[in-house]
Amino acid sequence: MAAFNQQSNPDQRPLTAKIQPDGRALSLKDCEAAGGYRAVRRALGTMAPGDVTQLVKDSGLRGRGGAGFPTGPKWSFVPMGDNAPRPKYLVVNADEMEPGTFKDRLLLEGDPHQLIEGVILAAYAIQADISYIFLRGEYVLAEQRLATAIAEARGAGLIGKNILGTDYSLEVHLHTSAGRYICGEETALINALEGRRANPRSKPPFPQVCGLRGKPTIVNNVETLCNLPHIVNNGTEWFKGLSLTPNGGTKIYGVSGKVKRPGLWELPMGTTARTILEEHAGGMRDGLKLRAIIPGGASTDFLLESQLDVAMDFDTVAKAGSRMGTGTMIVLDDQTCPVGMVHNLMRFFASESCGWCTPCREGLPWVEKILEAMERGEGQPGDLEQLSRHVTALGMGLTYCALAPGAMEPLGSGLKHFRDDFERHIRDKRCGWS
Amino acid sequence: MLTTETKNEILAELAHSETNRMACIEALKIAQREHGWVSDEDLCEVARLLDLTPDEVDGVATFYNLIRRRPVGRNVILLCASVSCWVMGYVQLRARLLQVLGVELGQTTEDGRFTVLENQCLGACDHAPALMINDDLYHDVDPEQLGDILAKYA
Ligand SMILES: Cc1cc2nc3c(=O)[nH]c(=O)nc-3n(C[C@H](O)[C@H](O)[C@H](O)COP(=O)(O)O)c2cc1C
Ligand code: SF4
Repeated sequence: MAAFNQQSNPDQRPLTAKIQPDGRALSLKDCEAAGGYRAVRRALGTMAPGDVTQLVKDSGLRGRGGAGFPTGPKWSFVPMGDNAPRPKYLVVNADEMEPGTFKDRLLLEGDPHQLIEGVILAAYAIQADISYIFLRGEYVLAEQRLATAIAEARGAGLIGKNILGTDYSLEVHLHTSAGRYICGEETALINALEGRRANPRSKPPFPQVCGLRGKPTIVNNVETLCNLPHIVNNGTEWFKGLSLTPNGGTKIYGVSGKVKRPGLWELPMGTTARTILEEHAGGMRDGLKLRAIIPGGASTDFLLESQLDVAMDFDTVAKAGSRMGTGTMIVLDDQTCPVGMVHNLMRFFASESCGWCTPCREGLPWVEKILEAMERGEGQPGDLEQLSRHVTALGMGLTYCALAPGAMEPLGSGLKHFRDDFERHIRDKRCGWS
Repeated sequence: MLTTETKNEILAELAHSETNRMACIEALKIAQREHGWVSDEDLCEVARLLDLTPDEVDGVATFYNLIRRRPVGRNVILLCASVSCWVMGYVQLRARLLQVLGVELGQTTEDGRFTVLENQCLGACDHAPALMINDDLYHDVDPEQLGDILAKYA
């Protein structure tokens, strides 16, 4: 079970309110006693599917999978009505392979019923017939807990035929992945579910119209879906009020690296990076200074210490030149080599490229080799220009998916912020840090 | 040769799968449970059960990290290589692990006890460095404790 610090008032942290300090997951009975599945009863009993979509639109909920796409508007592309193609699918993205990201693990292990309730609500809104939970293979405890929770929910008539006696039916299946980061990209994920190689698909058509087996499909992140029961129960104004900024709700933030207390905290959206790092993560370990952070998983730009007062929400971090991404930050301290860190990241992206687009397939290993040589003391004059050319050549819009442009975010920002370190590696013909 | 039990498990998976192909990854994972990897022979049997060609199934098998097409030891160690673990001492942990076992990454110990593979982010970043042995996750791994951890696996 992922570490999790429960400090604040449970009303202010709806997503983690039912997570137990001892790490066990609530049974269906205990979960219902604590308010679980109330939103499903309410939505299926008193709301039309379109009302649920409208409510989610009004709440301003934005996807927590990394890109922050507005959830309600995404659903509204799904064809509705009797002539809509069938079956329709609601897919849960529980792949969580973005390096430095461990937030969905907490929700999956800690409160699997909350996710299932979110699944039913989203599926009902788009009138999906079948839902797949796509879970990464290494999350063994989450797999066991989800399987138990699905069985309990099915036994209680919360999923399956004619849910709670209504005419709405939904099947929920758990699929455990066989690995590879690219499976988290939504169209690659759809190929993986179809039992194919997980290369992304060219868009358009978008999955909302033509996804799994060519049918309308919504892919949503775990944390996104976990917000739904609370929005249905408490309304849009309450949801917006949880946040410190116009991007509504709470956010599960995380910190890893050499801080005193690495961990996860559910906090108001828009809490500053400095507050998260200093108050919650306890600041740096003794003797170390914070140099920079990667704010939201491997594919986001470095932010320097001087930028830590940025409010961690989608719009503000973007204005500061990075992305909130998954909201789980990785700390670079002053005794760790930034070139080595960027090398580690590029090694990851190079090995996870699916190989479809030439710039990504050929460019990332080249970048990795240049950085590896630099770390070995064999950097060459001209290497930095070569790296910069890749940042341009692998940029947004030049490849089929966002893996390559995502990889360029820490590289491009690293070259900008740590130029001296890169130059010193080449000039001194060694990495001065190891 | 897959055992009858394994074949039945694959057929059961097939029965509640929307299409044969959609059962492919799960079928390979079930087949892999027998020996920890999928041999050519096992792969052909999976293909026959799913009514796909062996090439189609191999195309899938070779894409995914957790499906193995080469023999592995009795226990598989997945060492997390991603950035949080790197910051927290992955390089030292890897060096110690490989030294203790006397192998390189990707290799199996001579007694067939362990295979060491790298894995990307295990999602245990707040307790880095991390590794998994079979289904067991270990975090905050101190290279000096490796002996105690490894001793649990025969
Ligand atoms: C290479 C790559 C990997 C991704 N991995 C994940 C992931 O593990 N989990 C996730 O929720 N989204 C991931 N995404 C984003 C998904 O494509 C998709 O945008 C997201 O699941 C949508 O959910 P949301 O709208 O609820 O945020 C990834 C994207 C890319 C390009
Ligand atoms: S950018 Fe890379 S990972 Fe994405 S489709 Fe192209 S080759 Fe595959």
